[in-house]
Amino acid sequence: MAEKGTWTVKTGLAEMLKGGVIMDVTTPEQAKIAEEAGACAVMALERVPADIRAAGGVARMADPTVIIKIMEAVTIPVMAKARIGHFVEAQILQELGVDYIDESEVLTPADEQHHINKHTFNVPFVCGARNLGEALRRIGEGAAMIRTKGEPGTGNVVEAVRHMRMVAGEIRRLVNLPEEEIMAAAKEMRAPYDLVLKVAREGKLPVVNFAAGGIATPADAAMMMQLGCDGIFVGSGIFKSENAPARARAIVAATTHYNDPSVLAEVSKNLGTAMPGLEIATILPEQRMQDRGW
Amino acid sequence: MALQGAFREHQIMLAGLGVSSAQVRKPADLHNIDALIIPGGESTTISILLADYELFDRIGLLVEKGLPVLGTCAGTILLAKEIEDSTLPSLGLMDLKVRRNAFGRQVDSFEEDLPIPVLGEEPFRAVFIRAPQITGAGQDVEVLARYNSKIVMVRQNKMLAATFHPELTADQRLHKYFLELLKAS
Repeated sequence: MAEKGTWTVKTGLAEMLKGGVIMDVTTPEQAKIAEEAGACAVMALERVPADIRAAGGVARMADPTVIIKIMEAVTIPVMAKARIGHFVEAQILQELGVDYIDESEVLTPADEQHHINKHTFNVPFVCGARNLGEALRRIGEGAAMIRTKGEPGTGNVVEAVRHMRMVAGEIRRLVNLPEEEIMAAAKEMRAPYDLVLKVAREGKLPVVNFAAGGIATPADAAMMMQLGCDGIFVGSGIFKSENAPARARAIVAATTHYNDPSVLAEVSKNLGTAMPGLEIATILPEQRMQDRGW
Repeated sequence: MALQGAFREHQIMLAGLGVSSAQVRKPADLHNIDALIIPGGESTTISILLADYELFDRIGLLVEKGLPVLGTCAGTILLAKEIEDSTLPSLGLMDLKVRRNAFGRQVDSFEEDLPIPVLGEEPFRAVFIRAPQITGAGQDVEVLARYNSKIVMVRQNKMLAATFHPELTADQRLHKYFLELLKAS
C-alpha cells in the first residue's frame, strides 16, 4: 500500500529543497523568471511582503486563480501562504494541490492563540520562528520545515541573522545540559519535552531550517548559509530590485557557492540597485510582522 | 554533487558504510574522486548550476573513462538521454527516457515497500517525492525494480539510477550495492 502524506514524505520534500532559493512571485511571468534563474521552488502570492506592508489592511491567502496560473507556468514546486491559524485557507490550498503551505506572519493572523493543526493535512507546512522554543512548538503542531521569521518586506537582513543566531545558540546550550535539566529547559522555552530532548541529543533541529525575512543580496544569502541555514527564501528582494533576473540568478549561485568568496565577488557585480531597505527601528511595534504568532 | 539538494544525507549514508566523501561544486572538486553521486533536489536548479562551470562536459568525460555514478530522483533525470516535454540540459549518460513529476504533485508523493531482487528478499522502503518515471530504457539498461509496472530503478554498466530516495531511509543496501559496482571496476 502506497502511503501518502507521511512525515518522511513531508520532511523529504524540504530535504530536496536544501541548498536552494525559494522566491516570492506574483505572476506566471515572474515564476518563469525565477525558474529560469534556478529557483528550487516559488511562493505564489498576490503581493510581495514589501507591498503588503505598504498597503496595510488585512492580508489574506491569494486568489486561487493566481496560484493555479503560477502552478501551470512552472515545473518546480509551488508554495502558497495561509494566515496563521486559518485552517480553511490551508484546506483550500491543499485542494488546489500546492506543494507546501507557509503558515505565515506576512499575512494577518486569523487566530491569536492557535496555529493550524498541521498533522491533519497531507500537504506539508513551513512556519517561521524567532527562537528554538517557537520552532519546536511549530514542529509539535506538525510543521515539516522551519524558517527564520526575520522582518519580511524590509530588505534588511538583521532580524533573520538575530533569529538564526538565537536558534543556533539555544541548540548549543541544550547540547551541553545534563539530561535531568532538559525538562526545566522545555518548560522555560515552552516547547514539547520530547522534541527538546531530541534536539539536545542530536544537536540540530529535527527538520530543515531556511533563512527568510529581509534577504536582498547574494552576500545576504551566503551569510545566512554560513550561519548554518539549509537554504534561502527571498521575498521582496528579487522583484523589488532593479534587475530581477540577474539578481535571482546571482542569489542562486551565492547560495550554492556560499563558502567561496571568489564566486561571491563575481556574482555580486553589476546587479543594479537592490530593493530599498527599511531600518527596523523605524517600524512601529504593531507593524512588526515577526511578532505575529507565538 | 553538492550543487543543491539532499547531498548531506548521501554523505551521512556513506560515512555509515565507512566511506569518505567530498562535496563537488566546481570542476577542481572532481579530481581524485572514485565515484559520483548525483542527489535528489530540483533538477532545473542543478542543471543550471552544472552549466555554470562546464561541469556537464567534465563529468561526461570522467564517466566515459569509467567513473561510476549513482543518481537518485533528480539525479536520474540529469543522467537520462531524454527528458519528456522538456528542454532541460542533462548529462545524457544513460540510455533512458524520463518523465518529470510523473506521479503528480507533492500531495501525491508516497512511500512504499518495493521489491528489489538485487538487494535481497526483504522489500526496500522507497520514498517517492514528486518523483520522475523512467518511461523508456535502451538495450544496455538492466531494469532492477518496478512500481506498478513503471520502471523506478535501473543499471547501465557502472551507472545506477533510482527515482526514489534511498538516502532518506536507514536502509544501506542500495548504497552498498553501488559500492560493490565500484569494487568490480
